Amino acid sequence: MALDVREAAPAGTRGRPRREITTAFVVSRIVVLAVAAAILLYAVPPLVATGSWVALGLLCGVSAAIAYLYLTRRFIPAKYLIPGTVFLVAFQVFPVVYTLTTAFTNFGDGHRGDKAAAVTAIETGSVRQAPGSPEYTLSVATRGEELVFLLVDPATKQVSLGTADGLTPLDGARVGVTGKVLAAPGLTVLKAPEAAARGQEITALAVPTGDGVIKANGLSRAVEGKAALVYDAACDCVRGNGGTWTADESQGYFVNARGEHLAQGWQVNVGLDNFARVLTNPTISGYFAGVLGWNLVFALVSVLGCFALGMGVALALHHPRMRGTRVYRILLILPYAMPAFAMLLVWRDMFNRDFGLINQLLGAEIDWLGQTGTARLGVLLVNIWLGFPYMFLVTTGALQAIPRELTEAASIDGATPFRAFRRVTLPLLLVALTPLLISSFAYNFNNYNAIALTTDGGPFPADSPQVGGTDLLITYTFRLAFGAGGAQFGFAAAISVFIFAIVAVISAVAFRRTRKQEEVYA
Amino acid sequence: MTLRHAFVLVVCAFAVFPILFVLSAAINPMGTLASTELLPTGASLNNFANLLTSDTYPFGRWFFNSVFIALASSFASLLLSMFAAYAFSRMRFAGRRVGMMALLLIQMFPQFLAIVTIFMIFTEVTELYPAFGFNTAWGLLLLYLGGALGVNTWLMKGFLDTVPKELDEAATVDGATHAQIFWRVIMPLVTPILAVTALLAFIGTMSEFLMANVFLRDPESKTLAVGMYGMIAGDHRNANFGMFAAATLITAVPTVGVFLWLQKYIVSGLTAGAVKG
Repeated sequence: MALDVREAAPAGTRGRPRREITTAFVVSRIVVLAVAAAILLYAVPPLVATGSWVALGLLCGVSAAIAYLYLTRRFIPAKYLIPGTVFLVAFQVFPVVYTLTTAFTNFGDGHRGDKAAAVTAIETGSVRQAPGSPEYTLSVATRGEELVFLLVDPATKQVSLGTADGLTPLDGARVGVTGKVLAAPGLTVLKAPEAAARGQEITALAVPTGDGVIKANGLSRAVEGKAALVYDAACDCVRGNGGTWTADESQGYFVNARGEHLAQGWQVNVGLDNFARVLTNPTISGYFAGVLGWNLVFALVSVLGCFALGMGVALALHHPRMRGTRVYRILLILPYAMPAFAMLLVWRDMFNRDFGLINQLLGAEIDWLGQTGTARLGVLLVNIWLGFPYMFLVTTGALQAIPRELTEAASIDGATPFRAFRRVTLPLLLVALTPLLISSFAYNFNNYNAIALTTDGGPFPADSPQVGGTDLLITYTFRLAFGAGGAQFGFAAAISVFIFAIVAVISAVAFRRTRKQEEVYA
Repeated sequence: MTLRHAFVLVVCAFAVFPILFVLSAAINPMGTLASTELLPTGASLNNFANLLTSDTYPFGRWFFNSVFIALASSFASLLLSMFAAYAFSRMRFAGRRVGMMALLLIQMFPQFLAIVTIFMIFTEVTELYPAFGFNTAWGLLLLYLGGALGVNTWLMKGFLDTVPKELDEAATVDGATHAQIFWRVIMPLVTPILAVTALLAFIGTMSEFLMANVFLRDPESKTLAVGMYGMIAGDHRNANFGMFAAATLITAVPTVGVFLWLQKYIVSGLTAGAVKG
């Protein structure tokens, strides 16, 4: 038995074990293949139907790789890592990478689509009724899923079918006394409330004609008009209204000689502009250092406060003769069991100056969230309240893993309880918990909810409504990026790259310092 | 020992007093923000009754959605991260250290910022596979499983590192395959950390708000976090505070239940026993 088994030595060097094919082996392989086949059968038809060949290729490739991986006896680590990694890549890595690439574009309000879409939007948006052009009686109908116009020329009583492709004569329609179409073969005529519900679609539909477009004017009239602004491919510009707007590929706008641009633009690559803007825009870079400083304090105090308090109670309860631990544990876990977002709002109300609980209990009239100092104290208190049960739980879990023999041995050797904790328990705890402390730091560094739901960044000084006393980088930049100026996704992504870089560097440094420890204990 | 009790009691008081405030608001018949105090004058369960019979808020439905999503996602993510932790702790392979660092780094990117991208991805998914799109629990589950590795893996790997390797080496000598070692030797030994991570994952999912808020728009598909936020958003804040407090308390019930259920596993020091054997 033991003969064909390799030495019981480093696990990574195992050769191909020679073992018989067991029932469990066969069954598990069949299950893997069946699941893979089922997923393929479910996922392929819609992809084929919509012609998403790239996605289809990706899906088949990944499925084949997974099937191969689980059918061979090699790549054992990969067998355990792949299930989680597939989800990680699809729903975490891909969105992050995609977000990073938008940091180099001007994606945002006014720059959502491509250039063709922008041209269409500009042209159809500028349609004005030409003098003397025909005016139709409009009925809205659907053909299958598609929204269509039924147009009756008041002079000739001819009924036409208007779609995004153009105008075609329609026979067999029944026209009512008001001139609106009541029924038409193959079409469902919408009643007024139904049509009103689809108002946006109706406004968006433009039926091209020989020298203009027909657009709805309300729900029962349609007019033929001409686009005041027309795109001319020859000069790559938009003309009309007595001006010329030339396409500027670096900005993604049509710009005229005076430097003004049309509202509708398109998405272009702007290179490092967004990054440069973070560093050079005075409103943004001016407060950066101050916010960063408070942000670091907030994250550090949150993590260390939670850890100290959580570990403290975990240690206090971790004693064989401790009584009532069950009840204590439940009480201590309660803050964590309460829904965090709700409790943040509750805390905000408890800090309220006029009818908040804290002032009532203290008999004070402190404007807690109205002054920078007390507001910062407040959010830290709230965050520690929310976070310490997590550290308590995690430390309790990690404490179970430390064999009691170690601390017993230390006490037999004459170590005081404090020394035994300092030299034996704490280092072992830190091995397990350092990564958690670091990721907790990263989490708190970007703890949007904790600030947004309590102070919303405030209090704001009278002279600068941009940045408040408790603003973290993430709340501050979100106000800049998504605030009154409209959505600027590209710019927001660039800022998140900065935030990510700061957190990553701090974490990497922290890790290097603890790395030696892990080599010793792991 | 007295000192331990005194310290723990003080921390318990700190932990519990905001919850007492919520409790008081929930049983306060006035139910508005301005009338809240720690000891309410008069008590009634009206807020609970209003909440459970409300026509505007399908609270029972939200409750069911939340518990279902939290249970399913914590179970699945537990399994996924345990697999990964086993590989990282027990096997040595090329890219092990890089893989672990990558896990940690990816978690540090402000996920909130990827929300635009996630929205676009799931717009596509909703068209292709409506069963996994917006307003479905399954789509949200997939999204949550994206974060299944990450912190949990590190936590479990740290725990596994303290489980003696001699145990699985002995099993290998006895002819066990890696799968048998994982299921029969490792899994029973790691119950304490499984319990802790299960609880953490459950709580995390129960109170997750940002993603769910983007994902679940349909009143019937909302989770407690999304639904309850709507209860006090805008002008409703003062009027619904009593109901909101009642809802907050009810939301905590399943979490406390899961904790009570897992408590004995969290407490038992199984590894210490294994070393002695």
